[in-house]
Amino acid sequence: MLRFIFRRAAVGVLVLVAVAILTFALTNAAVDPARAIAGDSATADDIRAIRELYGFDRPLHVQFLAWAQDIIQGDLGQSYRQRRPVADVVLERLPVTMILGATAFLLAVIVAIPLGILAGLKPNSWIDRCALTIAVLGQAVPNFWLALMGIVIFSVQLRLLPASGSGTWQSFVLPSVALAYYAMPTLMRLTRAGMIDTLQSDYVRTARAKGLLPPQVVLKHALRNAILPLVSVSAVQLGMMLGGSVVIETIFAMQGIGYLAWESITMSDPPVVQAIVLTIASFYVLLTFSADVINAWLDPRLRGS
Amino acid sequence: MTTAGHNATGAEREESIARRRSAISRYLGHRSLVIGGVGLALLILIAVFAPLLTWHDPYMQDLTSRRIPPIWHGWFYDNPKAGWLHPLGTDPLGRDYFTRLVYGARISLFVGFSVVALSCVIGTTLGVLAGYFGGRIDAVISFIVTTRLSMPVVLVALAVVSIFDGSLKVVILVLGLLLWDRFAVVMRSVTLQIKSQEFVTAARAVGCSNLRIILTEIMPNVANSLIIVATIEMAVAIIYEASLSFLGLGIQPPLPSWGLMLAEARPEIFFAAWMITLPGIALFLLVLFVNLLGDGVRDITAPEGRA
Repeated sequence: MLRFIFRRAAVGVLVLVAVAILTFALTNAAVDPARAIAGDSATADDIRAIRELYGFDRPLHVQFLAWAQDIIQGDLGQSYRQRRPVADVVLERLPVTMILGATAFLLAVIVAIPLGILAGLKPNSWIDRCALTIAVLGQAVPNFWLALMGIVIFSVQLRLLPASGSGTWQSFVLPSVALAYYAMPTLMRLTRAGMIDTLQSDYVRTARAKGLLPPQVVLKHALRNAILPLVSVSAVQLGMMLGGSVVIETIFAMQGIGYLAWESITMSDPPVVQAIVLTIASFYVLLTFSADVINAWLDPRLRGS
Repeated sequence: MTTAGHNATGAEREESIARRRSAISRYLGHRSLVIGGVGLALLILIAVFAPLLTWHDPYMQDLTSRRIPPIWHGWFYDNPKAGWLHPLGTDPLGRDYFTRLVYGARISLFVGFSVVALSCVIGTTLGVLAGYFGGRIDAVISFIVTTRLSMPVVLVALAVVSIFDGSLKVVILVLGLLLWDRFAVVMRSVTLQIKSQEFVTAARAVGCSNLRIILTEIMPNVANSLIIVATIEMAVAIIYEASLSFLGLGIQPPLPSWGLMLAEARPEIFFAAWMITLPGIALFLLVLFVNLLGDGVRDITAPEGRA
């Protein structure tokens, strides 16, 4: 078990190094940092001076190593636009995205798992068909359009919820629903498939033959095994939500890192973009790593591979 | 990726699952194949014959007829501006909305097909190589896939598009280079399954080269999975294109991308909500048909893999 954890952690760190290299290459191709800092009115001499001052005239791999060293020491550099440490800029925006991601994920799970269980208990019944129809329709709705329609109905017409901002809990309702909606069908289908499979298994038949009550069989015996595959998929979905919140946060002008990312890209502020890509990638790696460990703990057969 | 069948033991149970599943697929499977196939074919026809369906020019601005509401506003709200000249109204620049929606189908479909073509080549190559050769090659390719998965697609796409400036070509290239992961993962596992079958062993025994085995024995047998993954990726690519264009870092004006139309309609949200409703419905229908087609193909070719 310990060897498994170490191996997975090593792979995770390697993935982060690869992401860091790609991010660095990408953002350095994006903008000439000296020109970005100097602004539009700078002369050629100004730009040359800034290039020497910040060390942009060094070879790229030297710059990368210096950058990576800084990151390991917790220094993410300076924002070109806001003229203060990137770490401060990102950290003060992180809570909104975290709250948004967590509520959206909880919402998706709260809806998806009971619906999946009900659908899986009676395949081909009316409730199963309803659930499948919801899943099929849900997967086809672009979540940023759902967000816009939510604004049209609940903000413009009914005047119940705010159309933008992230100051109050009300302003989290529409974005969370729009974000949750996207993950819901996948989780529902997985729960349903898992229920159908486990309900056919021998140990469930044994439990039934022993005379256990149906709720006990479903909740204690079947569900536990049915939602096993959900652990790793949940990690992936949660990671995708953090990345997918860029569009939703931008629509609602929420002060999270997704909106910050969009602002930084449009205003060419590469250090902030680098930091956000790395932050989201780190969360993703951490989530999938935890899911792997949880799965290996639950199912020893997985530890070998 | 699929959960079904991973703990299957006992022929009897498998048979009962198969029977139950085939009942569902008889009910939903053929229906979704028919709805998805006919719907997608219809949208492709609309895109191809766009000039014949409308008498307006999608780029023609007319400042005297801006923000005309769609025809039903004349019926239900007695809005005198609505009329048959612009059945779905006009946008803030006076361009005919129906015409722009029809031409927008061209962009979404073109993006969908091109992105899938590109990502399919990349993903399938990586996946088949990883599954067929295994060992170190598999480890390296799996690492590449994991790295790609941990990079947030929207963010990376936005950053890249902002470097090269948005255009149809850039959006297709960026999405094609990002969305191959599912092809790689599925092709790897399918190849692993096929590799251990007897006809592959037989081909190797008679001295076929690896390349020949991959091309003549493996590839024909992964085709079904390829189609299913292609429909999923096409739907994803269409939504990503719309999202990028909506954020202003995708297809650029004056092209009638549905995502861009949503962005242009956003300032009208308080006065003309229909401008936001219509492109969204178009997107929804296209993605729905593509997904249904994929579901239908899966139910017919691999009913036991249904989830």
